[in-house]
Amino acid sequence: MLILYFGRLREAFGCGSEARAVPQEATVAGLLRELRLRGGVWEKELARDGTFRVAVDQTVAAVDAPLADASEVAIFPPVTGG
Amino acid sequence: MLERISISVQTADFDLAAEYARLAADASIGAIVQFVGRVRERCDGHMVRSLHLEHYPGMSEKVLHEIAGRAMARWDLLGIRIVHRVGRLEPADQIVLVQVAATHRAAAFEAAEALMDLLKTEAPFWKQEATPDGARWLDARETDERAAQRWRKGTT
Repeated sequence: MLILYFGRLREAFGCGSEARAVPQEATVAGLLRELRLRGGVWEKELARDGTFRVAVDQTVAAVDAPLADASEVAIFPPVTGG
Repeated sequence: MLERISISVQTADFDLAAEYARLAADASIGAIVQFVGRVRERCDGHMVRSLHLEHYPGMSEKVLHEIAGRAMARWDLLGIRIVHRVGRLEPADQIVLVQVAATHRAAAFEAAEALMDLLKTEAPFWKQEATPDGARWLDARETDERAAQRWRKGTT
């Protein structure tokens, strides 16, 4: 599974993308829990009340969205284009 | 024959006159509304030296297609063209073009406004400004979200 980070989060994490195994609990919430365990900026930016968005295979997804068949998950700040 | 929906995400500038000419040949079109978003030299009280636009390649095009599809389904339109630029831009540069062609003006005006409201809140683009005090990521605005919300009522 490929995890992508954009905008302020990409900069904060110092990472644009990484390959990861599907989390034990194969949902968006399960992935976020695993990433928060890294502590520091990961714990802070991905806090439960954080303002980030998640897309699974390029569609915005809720925290309970399943990841079992996902190939790409993106985590990013609220969008500011236009 | 015109494609009904045409989307481009690109670093290059767009030529408004050429974009208009592409539609103008079609005599079934009675109304064309064009919106161009530009880089302002001043934002929240400070000077902007340049703007960097980042996007999620693949998803940005996909979302623009989706919102154009929703507009085509909701209003009586003949065509939608969206161009969104990415990369480094300077004050007065063009950022985004939304062009809506219809038989009559009411649908074209309303759809153009809806497309911009939805684009600003759903399409995965992010702006970072270079200011005299350093780089700064722009925050999403609550007013943009409220503006987009009115087009989502009664739709899924």
